[in-house]
Amino acid sequence: MAETHSLQDMRQQAAVAAKVFIQRDYTNGTVCQFQTKFPSELETRIDKQQFEETVRTLNNLYAEAEKLGSQSYIEGCLACLTAYTIFLCMETHYEKVLKKIAKYIQEQNDKIYAPRGLLLTDPIERGLRVIEIAIFEDRSLTR
Amino acid sequence: MKNCEYQQIDPRALSVSPASAQNHAEKKEQRPVRKWEVFPGKNRFFCDGRIILARQSGVLPMTLGLIVVTCGLFFAFDCPFLVEHLTVFIPVIGVMLFGFVVVSLLRTSFTDPGILPRATPDEAADIEKQIDTSGSSTYRPPPRTKEILINQQVVKLKYCFTCKMFRPPRTSHCSLCDNCVERFDHHCPWVGNCVGKRNYRFFYSFIISLSFLTSFIFGCVVTHITLRCQAGKSLVQAIQQSPASVVEVVICFFSIWSILGLSGFHTYLVASNLTTNEDIKGSWSSKRGAEDSGNPYSHNSIITNCCATLCGPMPPSLIDRRGFLPSDQAIPSASEIELPPFVAKNDTHMCTQSTKDVLEMMVHASDFNSLCPAGTPKTAPLGLEASSAEPPSTEPSSPAGCSQHHTCQSVAASWPPFSKRSKRDSLHSINPAFRLASPSPPLSRTSMISGHEPEFGFIPPL
Repeated sequence: MAETHSLQDMRQQAAVAAKVFIQRDYTNGTVCQFQTKFPSELETRIDKQQFEETVRTLNNLYAEAEKLGSQSYIEGCLACLTAYTIFLCMETHYEKVLKKIAKYIQEQNDKIYAPRGLLLTDPIERGLRVIEIAIFEDRSLTR
Repeated sequence: MKNCEYQQIDPRALSVSPASAQNHAEKKEQRPVRKWEVFPGKNRFFCDGRIILARQSGVLPMTLGLIVVTCGLFFAFDCPFLVEHLTVFIPVIGVMLFGFVVVSLLRTSFTDPGILPRATPDEAADIEKQIDTSGSSTYRPPPRTKEILINQQVVKLKYCFTCKMFRPPRTSHCSLCDNCVERFDHHCPWVGNCVGKRNYRFFYSFIISLSFLTSFIFGCVVTHITLRCQAGKSLVQAIQQSPASVVEVVICFFSIWSILGLSGFHTYLVASNLTTNEDIKGSWSSKRGAEDSGNPYSHNSIITNCCATLCGPMPPSLIDRRGFLPSDQAIPSASEIELPPFVAKNDTHMCTQSTKDVLEMMVHASDFNSLCPAGTPKTAPLGLEASSAEPPSTEPSSPAGCSQHHTCQSVAASWPPFSKRSKRDSLHSINPAFRLASPSPPLSRTSMISGHEPEFGFIPPL
């Protein structure tokens, strides 16, 4: 994909000035949620609203993945009855949502973050512990 | 800290001439490395990363063997008699239960229990920074705990020195596997793996189905002997006619007590959304007023708890075993662990070789040069330890002829982050934080040793 190539090129050619880590928010238990607190390092680069919007959407997507609803129960029971062999051919609901999340992050990077010299890393690549935001030096923007 | 002081040594390059070492390095550079090959925990991987097991999985074959032997004896000696005298459904049910038990067991053993990948150096540095800024100006080691509120209850998060992060709630570090595992229940030697978030449901279905299987076999065998006795024979004669039944009865009798007990215990845990770890430590019992009021993770309804634990969404594996390392992280220089007999003798050699490799790859040499001497003394004892722990004869020669590559790459760069750092200009800014973050030498040494030894587990016996 052209966009990823350009992002990766930028990443390789530009220097990373700093990295900001958005940590997990455990106030509602072990569900995957990230803190919406706006980090001070990003103040000069991006709007607080936009950032919070991104994190909130990600939180909603993760909540959807881990939701205990009828769909997940049916999937769980079906899996149990087939002695869990069904996972070999079927993609789980969680995996489907993770793909959605990856697409969303890609989109956000392309539209909002890359033009501002920032790069979001998909939390799944960091073990769902943090959202890593790489801040590139300003000279990369003049490329 | 491990990452800073660890030196990557390529024993292959040492044992061969520089020219072929160069070729070797080129070959290795071209071969994409899968992430399981550089996994830092004490796990073993098979089928190119599809299957994961703990390093000491010696009891798993015994478990499987016991189940297979007992069921085999049952089908061979008891079933024919019972089919004749009772019904053909007996072996059918037996086969179904047996299949279910074996599949559950294998799923439990071979599934990633919910291992948390270790923090990248950037993350670790960031955490250190946050702790530092909140404390005194002089450096002190990070506090062991952090308190947070979960569902209006105070929970302490512990800092894991091996994985360099604050452990999420309900996560525990398994010393046998050297990994932090989410929703850690316990490390089960019978199953040869940790039981955690991702494989708890398989473990539960294994013990439940095993209870049914053992009870079923026990019942059938007793029925068999009884029927023979009723046909006019004495007990001793009946046993003589079918000696296998005695073996089965003995095995089942002893298994039933333990398995049924375990099933009951785990049913209680599932109903109250607890883990064995929490129950044993009594994390919530002191706060118990009404039922389940102390546990902040409980849904306060037995059915919801059961459904959430057993039928909830299946979380993905966070360690991405079969993903490829980005090419800039696949450093050809290898671990000092594998094939170490000559390692002990060649420490200085290794140091210069590793520095050379590293210099080829990275942007800034100065920091690494200064790291090298610091690293040398540590690699020597490790090499010795590793060589004594596992003789090279355990090295399998994979049919693909790639075992050498595997061993050289494995653990590799231990810590791809190490190599990643080497390529970034921000190295300078991160390094000081890194050095600052390294724990006191004795601690780092022990953690390095415990972390390194098991890398042997990497070698996939094919």
